[in-house]
Parts: sequence; C-alpha cells; structure tokens
Amino acid sequence: MKLIFRYRYLLFRRLLQISLLVLFFGGNAFGWNVLKGNFSSAMLFSAIPLSDPYAVVQIMATGFIVAADALIGALIILLLYGLVFGRMFCAWVCPMNMISDLAIFINLKLKLNNNLRFSRKIRYGILALGIILSFFLSTPAFEAISPVSALHRGIIFGMGGGWAIIAAIFLFDLAVMRNGWCGHLCPIGASYALIGKFALIKIRHDSEKCTDCGKCFEVCPERHVLDIINIKPGIISSSECTNCSRCIEVCDDNALKISLRNTMIRKK
Amino acid sequence: MSTRRDIIKKIIKGTVVAGGGGLLWGTAITELRAEDITLRPPGALDKELFQKACLRCGQCLEACPYDTLLLATFSENKGVGTPYFEPRSIPCYMCTDYPCTEVCPSGALDLKELSGEDNITSINNAKMGLAVIHRESCIAYWGIQCDACYRACPLMDSAIVLEYESNVQTGKHANIKPVVNSDFCTGCGICEHVCVVEKSAIHILPRELAMGEVGNHYIKSWDEKDELRINNKTDKPKDKSDDIESAIEYLNDTDDLFTE
Repeated sequence: MKLIFRYRYLLFRRLLQISLLVLFFGGNAFGWNVLKGNFSSAMLFSAIPLSDPYAVVQIMATGFIVAADALIGALIILLLYGLVFGRMFCAWVCPMNMISDLAIFINLKLKLNNNLRFSRKIRYGILALGIILSFFLSTPAFEAISPVSALHRGIIFGMGGGWAIIAAIFLFDLAVMRNGWCGHLCPIGASYALIGKFALIKIRHDSEKCTDCGKCFEVCPERHVLDIINIKPGIISSSECTNCSRCIEVCDDNALKISLRNTMIRKK
Repeated sequence: MSTRRDIIKKIIKGTVVAGGGGLLWGTAITELRAEDITLRPPGALDKELFQKACLRCGQCLEACPYDTLLLATFSENKGVGTPYFEPRSIPCYMCTDYPCTEVCPSGALDLKELSGEDNITSINNAKMGLAVIHRESCIAYWGIQCDACYRACPLMDSAIVLEYESNVQTGKHANIKPVVNSDFCTGCGICEHVCVVEKSAIHILPRELAMGEVGNHYIKSWDEKDELRINNKTDKPKDKSDDIESAIEYLNDTDDLFTE
C-alpha cells in the first residue's frame, strides 16, 4: 500500500495513458463508441470532435481550410488544455511519455553519460519549422515524423515501419540525450506549453517546509521550472511544467502539492 | 570561459544533431507523398488537395463496415497515416450511406465530391478510380464465357456493358466482351475483386492515370454540350508555328535542303 501511495500519481498517469490507448484500440478493433480515431483527430462518444491543434495548424499552413469538425475539435482541445490542464497532455495522455520515461529510467540505472546539451527552446523552433515546411511542401510536415502519431497510430491501426522512428527516439533519449525528445525537441509538447500559459491546475510549493533535499530536481523532466524551490512559496508558474506530479511523490517534506492558480484562490 | 576547443566541439555536435535530424525529417517527408497509384476512399479530394487535407486520424477506416480501408504505414509509399484500399483483397462495396466520407473531420473526404449534376449526393457519383481491362488475359475476350465482373458490378449495364462479337475461331459462337464506361465507373473495384483469372485482368487505376484528355483541338460538333467548348479555343495562334504565312514560306524555302 505504501508503495502504491508513493507512486500514486505515476500509477494514475500510466493507468490513464493505457486506458486511453485501450479505448482507442477498442474503437477500431471492436467498434466501441467511446473514442474513435487517434490523437490527431478523434470522436468522443460519436458526438464530440477532438483534434490536435498543432496538426490542424499545419494543415491550415498548407493552404487548405479544414472542415468544421476538425476546427471545433481543435478549439475544444485548445480551451480544455488552455484554461484547465496546461501541458498535462504530455505527462498524462501522450503514449510517447511512457517510452521516453522508460529510456530515462534505464539511462539513470545504467548511469549512462549524456554529454549532449542544448537549449530547451529548440522545440519552439521546430514548432515553427513544422508550420513553415507545411506551407512550402503543401503537406503537414511534422506529421511525417511525429513519433507521437506514429506510436499511437501504430498501436491502434498497425505499426508497419513506424517502429523505427519510435526506436530512434528511444535510443536518442537513452544514449545521446536524457529527456531529449520530450524535454527539448517535441513541438507538440511545445504547442501545449504555449497553449497552457493560463491554465488553472498548477503545482504549488511551500518553501517553509522545504529542506532543500533536491529530490524533486532529480525526478523532474523539466528541471528549470523548479526555480522557486526553497526560495519562495507559490505556484510553479512556467507552462513548460507538465504537472506530472513526480515531485510531489518524492517530496518527503510535503512541500509540494497539486493546486490551482493564485487568481482562483480567495485571499484569506 | 569556454575555450576554442569547446566551441569547436559544440559546433560539431550541433551540426551532427541538426544534420541527422534534418536528414531524418527530409526522408520522412517524402514518405508523406503517396505514389500515383494509390486508391483513396469515396469522396476523396484531388491528389494534391487530399495530401494537404488528411489529418491521418483513421476514422474513415473505423467507419467502414467491410474493413476495406487500410491506413498507410511508413515505407508503404501511400502517404503515411492516410487511408487507401486494395480492391483485389477487399473492394469498396459502395455503401449507400457513405459512412467513411461522412465521418471525415478534416474535409479530405468531402460529400460535395459525391454530389452529381442534379446536386443529389450519391455514392454512384464516387470517382475513386477507373476499371481498366487487360484484354489478353481476359478469358471473355478469348471467347470463353465469363461475365463475372459484369455481374458483380454495382452499376451493371452502365459502368460495365457487354459487347457481342462473332467468334471467328469457331465460326458459330459469340465473344461476349466486358467493356468499361468511364462516365459511370466509380472505381469501387468489385470487378477486380471477383475476376476469376490468377492475376485480375481488370484492375482499378486512379482516374488521372487511366484517362486521356482531348484538349480544345477536337470538338464533337454533333454534341451540343461538347460544342460549347469551341468558346475555349483561342482565335489567335499562340506561336509562330501556327502562322499560315510562315508555314508556306517554310515549305517554299529550299535553301536548307541543299546545304551540306
């Protein structure tokens, strides 16, 4: 029980990620009407369209005006993550998260030396590049290599040669750069970081309880967002935080918790 | 302070990563482009537009009750993530309620593509491809009686008709030959699916590949509608070679004939 509590958020995230995959898989294989399609565009309960805003933007960049369903779907996702969940897609929904977390886990266990370092801002460059290339090549350019799409589509509809791109990312994360894909390169993550600027759900830090043990820094996939740890109380304000809540689990001092943005909490 | 060595190291590392990534991305983008032979679901936009529009979500596949549609994976050259079908294994059975077209969220499959001149949406207006017959391997053309494709065609007697011809080999039988009419053929591929020979003698090609185009030089004067196309013909010759004067001059010019 203690172990389950210790990994409560991690277990819940895996449960959510896997059950979403099962629902999508069942949507194709057994005709379940819960979630159909994939993360590029899906239909919830045969009524509510959902679309990946970045995929829709790429299509718009090619010069094609997408039909209403995809636009409404993108808008719903935009509002949902923009106003409530922030970048939680990355840690709680995206199946690629499981692959890159596995790579990080093995990497840390084997103490592999990753000496490649570059800026986390690169993902915004790739985000822009995907849109620009879509315009010039008249085809949604990032969708060609998106390991998120490849993995998700592969699980639901059959992998084909898609495993290669996933293996490439796994090896890159494992041996070249820890957390290289999710933390530095992925433009989908970047899009959710941009969308989630004003999200409601945030991690809150209590600096008075903090003993500066540094455990949160060890597990955090986006270390730079923990800039207020042991310095001042408040929310983790950067929208690059995925609310993965690993820091809450490892904190022995109860100095971190899931909370809401300041403006939503009445001052006492 | 970073030394010169550090900076050079950094530059090399950066180049390797950017170069490798760029190379991967470049190769992968060519994967997005489908080969010309790819057959799309009913209501699909033109090749170029479809390539832009498809979200690659696979909802059309899930809507298809016959498991006709497949989702292209990497290295298939059908445009990764886009739907296609292979009629020899499973053809399109032309559902009258076109569930695949209807479910498409992005408009890559568009009901407008299924509406005819009378503005009525019907699966019979689908233009997925065109059936082409290879006569030499069609046993009906040999003189053996077979009308499998004709009988299986959902638009029997319009998309595939039978033509009768006397069999000169026996002198007393008829060759009953299937002929495709491109005005009606939807490219569903049921004919290709049912063809009895080893490798189908009738097969579906994308319409751009299978069809010719007359242009404005030839016009059916006996067809009122076709005659309207005469308005498209420009009066003035486009280049000098159309000019009568220069043509006559060219014929009378003997100088070129006798030069070494």
